[in-house]
Amino acid sequence: MPSPSPAAIAVDRVVKRYKTATAVDGISFELPRGSITGLLGGNGAGKTTTIAMIMGLVAPTSGTVSVLGARMPDERYDVLRRMNFESPYVDLPMRLSVRQNLSVFAQLYAVEDIAHRIAEIADDLELTDFLDRATGKLSAGQKTRVSLAKALLNRPDVLLLDEPTASLDPDTADWVRGRLENFRKSCGATVLLASHNMAEVERLCERVIIMKRGRIEDDDTPERLLARYGRDTLEDVFLDVARGRGHAAEAAS
Amino acid sequence: MTASLHRIGAMVRRYWYLLRSSWPRILDLVYWPTVQMLMWGFLQTYVAQNAGFFARAGSVFIGSVLLWDILFRGQLGFSISFLEEMYARNLGNIMISPLRPVEFVASLMIMSLVRLSIGMVPVTLLAIGFFGFNLWALGFALAAFFVNLILTSWSIGIFVSGLLLRNGMGAESLAWTIMFLFLPLTCVYYPVSVLPHWLQYVAWALPPTYVFEGMRALLIEHVFRADLMLEALALNAILFAAASIAFLLLLRSAREHGSLLQMGE
Repeated sequence: MPSPSPAAIAVDRVVKRYKTATAVDGISFELPRGSITGLLGGNGAGKTTTIAMIMGLVAPTSGTVSVLGARMPDERYDVLRRMNFESPYVDLPMRLSVRQNLSVFAQLYAVEDIAHRIAEIADDLELTDFLDRATGKLSAGQKTRVSLAKALLNRPDVLLLDEPTASLDPDTADWVRGRLENFRKSCGATVLLASHNMAEVERLCERVIIMKRGRIEDDDTPERLLARYGRDTLEDVFLDVARGRGHAAEAAS
Repeated sequence: MTASLHRIGAMVRRYWYLLRSSWPRILDLVYWPTVQMLMWGFLQTYVAQNAGFFARAGSVFIGSVLLWDILFRGQLGFSISFLEEMYARNLGNIMISPLRPVEFVASLMIMSLVRLSIGMVPVTLLAIGFFGFNLWALGFALAAFFVNLILTSWSIGIFVSGLLLRNGMGAESLAWTIMFLFLPLTCVYYPVSVLPHWLQYVAWALPPTYVFEGMRALLIEHVFRADLMLEALALNAILFAAASIAFLLLLRSAREHGSLLQMGE
């Protein structure tokens, strides 16, 4: 009998300590292949450090992080080609045109038939009209679409998103969410999405992990979280967890 | 572990696109070497007219300034390409891509050569026009000087890049100034014998010292000192290996301290 395929992402008893602070304090979770999960938490909850450890940018102090069966960060080069990342806090070179940026990253990720792939993704993300414009001269919404194009260029098996719609107007943000849904449905990728936008998480995610002070406070489907906390929105659930009310407080007591 | 020429090529294209899109960046490559060459060239002309030794010494000053610029600009070309990623806030994208450190470093070395060529070739031609000093006429000796100087500049560039990864933009000023420590110690404009005895040991531990001594031997005594070039090459091999190890250790330390997440000041 074949052994079950490893989880796309497996985080096991991971601790990350810096000199004076513990950013992540013994968290464990597994994300099955093809799942889409929201990572919620206030500022300093440990979301960014967790994502950075999954990408291999930060080494855990203890515990293990595996992506597609490769241990991070030591075996990262076995899987980085099958991963990608998008965040409004990381830019693409502003003086390069959109086409130049996408072609450089397509080459880094060993994408086949680069010209065709860029045309395809430009069409999908409505970038065709400004492919030859400098990236720095685009609007915030257009830049986000270019960053998203870079993140989807290699059709990643694991896609990590850090607040992908931050600073976008509601219309553009909704459009981006739609494209992310389409991508996941068509490619079956595993997506981990860190966000402060509860409506976004509610719409996109089938599972929500809520972090607070480096620990996982709750982990369930949005529906079950709403029912358990007796709330109508994830925002209220988030506030309950952040302020130590409701289920989390009961569990703690 | 195998390096990929495709990924190295991708990074070289990235820097080339940037360079050709910005005329101030290209002008900057030529501007300062030209100013240096003219200043030292005219000073040498003046001194040569008033001192017998320097009249015999031929073009030592201009030769020194051109070789110094290979050393200095080689390191700067390497470090500036690296800094461009930090200025552009693109390092996160690079570090999570399949690009390996050795490929990243290789692309920076290639760009150092490209930037150096853009900056130095016109200046060497100006030196012929203004002062009748033809660096290219040194032939094989020039190749030996160049290889040794560029290896040192890359070693320093690799080490500084490691410091930037570990310490962020707080280490930026080192990228611009670290090479000036080599200016007095490697005896660019005077022989090693001028230094206090104890400092001569430090000077002879630095590969460029052998190049500048070799250049003076060639221009003043018309002797090519192959022994000096071989000693410089051996020291460069040690320096390059040490810089590469330091880079990897600093990168590992950056992963442990979370420095790759905070690429600001």
